[in-house]
Formats: sequence, structure tokens, C-alpha cells
Amino acid sequence: MQLNEIWFLIVGFLFIGYFVLDGFDFGVGMSLPFLGKDDTDRRVLINTIGPVWDLNETWVIVAGASLFAAFPEWYASLFSGFYLPLLLILLALIVRGVAFEYRGKGKTVGANEVVWKRNFDWMIVIGSAVPSLLWGVAFANIVQGVPLNEQHVYTGTIFTLLNPYGLLGGLVTLTLFWTHGLMFIALKTDGDIKDRASKLATKVGIVCTGLAAAFLTWTLISHWSVLGFILSAVAAVTLISGLIANYFKREGIAFSFIVVTIITAVGSLFSALFPNVFPSSTNPAFSLTIENASSSQYTLTVMTWVAIIMIPLVLLYQGWTYWVFRNRISRKSIPAGSH
Amino acid sequence: MFASPESEKLMHAAISAVLTELSPLDLSRWQFGITTVYHFLFVPLTIGMVFLVAILQTAWYRTQNEKFLKLTKLFGKIFLINFAIGVVTGIVQEFQFGMNWSDYSRFVGDIFGAPLAMEGLLAFFFEATFIGLWIFGWDRLSKGLHLATIWMTALGVVLSAYFILAANSFMQNPVGFEINEAKNRAELVDIGAVLTNIVALNQFPHTITASFMFAGAVMVGISAYHLKRNQQVAAMGTSLKLGLWTVIVGGLGTVLSGDGLGLAMVQTQPMKMAAAEALYNTAAPASFSIFTWGTPDGKSELFSVRIPNLLSFLSTHTLDGKVEGLNDLQAQYVAAYGPGDYMPVIWITYWAFRWMIGLGMLSILIAAVGLVLTRKNNFALPKWAWNIAIWASPIPVLAISLGWLFTEMGRQPWLVFKLMKTSAGVSPGINGVDVLISLIAFTLVYAVLAVIEMRLLLAAAQAGIEEPKKTESADHLAVAY
Repeated sequence: MQLNEIWFLIVGFLFIGYFVLDGFDFGVGMSLPFLGKDDTDRRVLINTIGPVWDLNETWVIVAGASLFAAFPEWYASLFSGFYLPLLLILLALIVRGVAFEYRGKGKTVGANEVVWKRNFDWMIVIGSAVPSLLWGVAFANIVQGVPLNEQHVYTGTIFTLLNPYGLLGGLVTLTLFWTHGLMFIALKTDGDIKDRASKLATKVGIVCTGLAAAFLTWTLISHWSVLGFILSAVAAVTLISGLIANYFKREGIAFSFIVVTIITAVGSLFSALFPNVFPSSTNPAFSLTIENASSSQYTLTVMTWVAIIMIPLVLLYQGWTYWVFRNRISRKSIPAGSH
Repeated sequence: MFASPESEKLMHAAISAVLTELSPLDLSRWQFGITTVYHFLFVPLTIGMVFLVAILQTAWYRTQNEKFLKLTKLFGKIFLINFAIGVVTGIVQEFQFGMNWSDYSRFVGDIFGAPLAMEGLLAFFFEATFIGLWIFGWDRLSKGLHLATIWMTALGVVLSAYFILAANSFMQNPVGFEINEAKNRAELVDIGAVLTNIVALNQFPHTITASFMFAGAVMVGISAYHLKRNQQVAAMGTSLKLGLWTVIVGGLGTVLSGDGLGLAMVQTQPMKMAAAEALYNTAAPASFSIFTWGTPDGKSELFSVRIPNLLSFLSTHTLDGKVEGLNDLQAQYVAAYGPGDYMPVIWITYWAFRWMIGLGMLSILIAAVGLVLTRKNNFALPKWAWNIAIWASPIPVLAISLGWLFTEMGRQPWLVFKLMKTSAGVSPGINGVDVLISLIAFTLVYAVLAVIEMRLLLAAAQAGIEEPKKTESADHLAVAY
């Protein structure tokens, strides 16, 4: 296997890791207005992801940096081409991140606590929904191809990206991350809030199944491959199995199924893309591929060693974190009278 | 709205003329400058404070004295308020290279991406994970293990700083690369050379020790606020002393490493050192001016206060060493790289360099006087003394910002010194309106966040170690939000 192929897999792995991990953070954030009847509920919800949202978000930084190191041309064309969508994602991640930290601290500065928390809660909701939608729009467009000129420079506008396939991709990630988050809530909480999360997961999950089926079929028709078919089929089966397990209150199994759904669904997009990394809709000859977008052999060799040593370690200590914080959180866990 | 269709047409023509005049290059430079300076207001406090918190927690672990636990929690809170904003503004930094500087990314990505990706895989994951364990792990981990998590975070923070500085140093002093003519890019040939770049080796201790100064000064300021009111004296006296010593030790480290950095700069970027002094003509020996009053065009001076031989000493460690002047260097660069203006904006480099040194020295001086005044734990000082300590807290961060302005503005017109000009690095596909939108959006959001952040920091600082009593949760779950 060539080093640039290995790095295509590593970049795919890092983005999949990001979507699996920050995906449920986004889902929890979007659920605040639907499941959070009062402040205690909302604090239960936020605390399910409290210890981990920051390290989950770190995955996008590492994915972006790895893209830069291994495929600088891809990174340069993609990030400058998708300028405004990425701006929106950045602004959303900023307001969401600080909102988690600041929402409980209104009392310390003598602000009206109700207004203060309401504002930050909305920042969490919007800051979760916007990236959930836009990552899907972005990845669908990467697979579909965008207008790139001979220098691999994007020549479209933001409206070029808002095409039916791109928007459908966005709705899939929006509903998929939401379902994922709801199942995470069901797994991590107890009592009434768990039941409500589970019920909402069924509803959102059914909508998601329909959208995902349409999107993956569309992808297969335009980019047929056996691997893509297998991955899409596994994604569909695990999504439905996850919903069934959720219906029968098997939260752990349901959540695990959705994790597999995200891995295989995003995996099917990467398989549809290969060996391109950023196809040009202007002229296929202008496309970026794993050949013409990659770094030199030397850089890829150095980075492969770093990745081979570090990724297992990262998985180990991050896994340990999830183990430390494995307990369920309920209304009882929220100390009364504190922030 | 308009008197006639003609005036409406004129208006539209004027607006589109303004919009097409918007230069993505200038706007991108402003955006990078604003977001980077802003990001680096928080980073040095994070770097310094994580160590101070780790030291306080170690003291508590060793002595079991409650005072240290309370201080750990207080300064831990200051650290965390700051950490969140540092993380989210850091993502912007990484994305901007691709968004606004895609031609730069294409040209150096083979080299520049490597330390960034190493930072992510080796350091950033590490600190993000262990900081989560530290915040939420108070009741979950054994005391020893919990203490280890803050030290692990500290390790991640310095590693992170090292890789980022190695990447930055490549822009100041490109090493370990070859130009691939066919691909029209610079390619990595020696990662060891990139990671042991002489600029990085000097920049790293300079950045870390300056960060200690800032964290120390903040600790002094918070302690002084309470000592002035004669409250929480036992604990705040301890943190005052720790803060003062941190400023002194960090300050001496900053001076020493700054000296090394100066020598490295003369070796690698002589134009920057000449610009630091606004030395137009080569001189041996060269003097250092504390203050200059010049003609408005900055080309000739009317009055100055000078220390003889100092610039020679800073540049060569000899009293009469030759320091090359801007005009000679300009001529050399024209000969080597073709016609063009190779001087940075001199008034910025000149004054930023002076104020950086002056403010850093002032901070050390204040800390030294503070140590003398409070010897034998005498905390009965007049109010004005405490006020100076409080208002002196931001001095190091001003010096740090000016230092970075000097470093990066002094690199101009180069984006990568001798390899690529800043004007050649901007993304060809972006238009001025898009960048104007992002520039305004970042500036507004950052301004609002700064206000909220300051209010929260001040509130936490003023509350000090007296926390509102918390009812323990029934099942000791880790909840922090």
C-alpha cells in the first residue's frame, strides 16, 4: 500500500472519529430545547458531555492539521473554496464552546440568571445545529465535485454548494447527529429524561433513515463500487437496528449501532471519493487526487511514524477518559443551589 | 430613496467600485493579525497558569494544608475560563492558513503541515483529554492520579507550544527543505532540522518564560486585591509570594532567552535587527536608542537618548561589533532577490521592540520591589502599593503582544523569509467581500467574548478563595456545568 493511500485512510479515520465523537455532542446540544424542560434538565443534558466535548472537538483540529500535512493541495483548495461555510462552522464552534463554559457563571457577575442562561442555551443549540448541517453539505459537495480550475482553485460561490445533493447530505448529518446525541442521552441519563430522549430518538431516527436511504442511494448511483455498496448497506442496517434496539430500551446496543452507522456512512463517502480527494466538476483533469494533492514521500514517511505511534496511544487514553466518566447522570446528580 | 434612476445607478457604481477595491490581501492580513493577537492574549496565561496550578496542587498533596487546595481551585478556575476561549480561537488559527492563505499552504504545506499535525497528535489531544480528567476528576480519581493529570496537561501545553513555534520559526528561518521546481513548492528533507531550528530553540524558552511572567503577574494582582482589603490573608500572602517569584524567575529567563533570540535573529534575519533599532546605516560600534524623535518620514532623527555600544553587544556580544544597517541590507536583498522594498514598517518594529523590553523590565522591577516590601510576610502595605500590583497584572501580556508584533511585522515583506512574499501567499479564489464579512464577524464575536471573559475573570478573581458552599451531590457525580 502506498503512503498516500495510507494517509487517505488516516484522514478518513480522523474525520470519522470527529463525526462519531463531536456528532453526539452536537446532538445533545440540539436537544436542549426539546428535552430540557427546566434548568436542571438542561444541566443534566450538558453534563452528559461535560468532560468530553472539548477533547471530541479536538479531533477536528487534528483532522484538519493532518489534511494540511499529508494533502496540502487538498487542504488549500478545500478551505479557501469553502470559505463562508467554514466561517459559519468556526463561529458556531466558538459560541458553542464558550457557552458551555459560561452558561453557569451568570450569577458570579450579577447578571439576570434566567436571561443569561437562555442566551447561552441558544448559542449551544445554534452552535450545534449549524456545524451538523454544514459538515454534511461540505462532504456531499466534496464527493459530488465542485468547480475547480486548472490551478485547483475553487471558482464557485456559496450558492454553488447549496445544491439538492449537498443540502440532502446536510439534512442527513443533521438528523443523524441528532439521533446519535439522543441515544447518547438515553445511555447516559436516568429517569424521565432518558425516556423522553429515547422516544424523540425514534421520531428523529425515522426521518433520518428516510433521508439517509435517499442520500446513500443517490451516492451509489453516481459513484458505484462494491465497497461503497457494502458500507452503505451496513449503514442502513445498523441505523434501523439501532432504532429497534432503542425502541426496546437497549441503550448501549442502540448507541453502538449508530456509531457503526456513522463510521460506515462517512466511510462510504470516502470510498466514493477515492482515488480523488477533491474532484473538479469543471473538468475531470483539474481534479485533485491522492497523487497530485499529497505531500512528498519523505513527509508522508515521517508523519506515518508519528501516526502509527500516537494514534493507538490517543485511543487508549481517550478510552480511559470515557471509562472514568462512564456513570449515568440524573437530576439527583445536579447539586441544588449551585450554578 | 433616490431622486432619480441616474443617482441610483451612480450609487450602485460607487458601491461596486468600493467592493472591488477591497483587497483580499490587506483584509486577510488584518484578520490574521487581529485573530492571532487575540488568541495569544489567552495562550500565555494558559501556559504559565497550568504550571502554577500544578505547583499549588502539589503543595497541597504534600502538606495537606487546606490553603493550597483553595488556591488550586481559585487559580484553576482562572485557568479554565481562559482555556476555553484559547481552544476555540485556536481552531480559527489552523483553518485560516487554508481559508485565507491557500497559496502559502500549497507552497509550504509539505513542511509547515508536519509540525502542526504533530502538535495535534502528540500534544493537543493530550492536553484536551487530561484537562477534562482534571476538571471532572476531583471525586473520581485518587489524589495522586488527579495530581498527575494537571502535570500531564502542563506537559501537553508546553509540547504544543514547541511544535507551533517550530512551525512559526520555519517562516522566520526556513531550514531542512528543498525547492521542488516541478511542483513549485518547498519540500521537507530534514524534519530534525525543522524541529531544531535555531530560531525555535530560542523562541521556545522566550515564549515560555514570558508566559510565566504573565501568569505570575496575574497571580500577584489577584492576591493584591484581597490583601489590600485585608481578607484571606494567609492564603493570599502565599500566592502573592509565589506570583512575585514567578515574575522574577520568569523575567530573568525572558531576558536571557531574549538575548539568545536576538543573536539568532542577527544571524538569520539581520534586517529585523536593523529594523528594531531603525539603524539605517551600518555601524561599528552601534548604539541603542531608548527614545528617538525623528522627522515625520522617519528617515532622519532630530533627537535621541542613546546607550553607546549596546546594539553591538545585543547583536554580537562584543562592544564594537558591526551591525548592518537597513540601507545596506536593502541593497543586498535587491541584488539577491530582485527589485523591491525589503524593509518592514520601521516605526512599528522600532517602537514595538522598545516597548516590549521596557514593559518587561518594568514588570520585573515592580515584582522585585514587591518582594522587598513584603519580606518577613509584611502585608500591611499602603493602598497605592497594592493598586500598583493590581494594575501591573496586564503589563507582561502587553509586552508579549508587542514582541509578536515585532517578530511578525519585522518579517515583512516576507511570508517565508527569502522564499515567499506575503503578497504571494493569499488565497487566489477568495474575494474582498467574503474576507470583509469574516473580518467583521470575527472582530465582533471576539469583542463580545472579551467583555464576557473579562467580567467572568474579574468576578472569579474578586471572589477569591471564598466559594459559596456547595451541597455535595448524592452519588458524587462529576458535574461542572
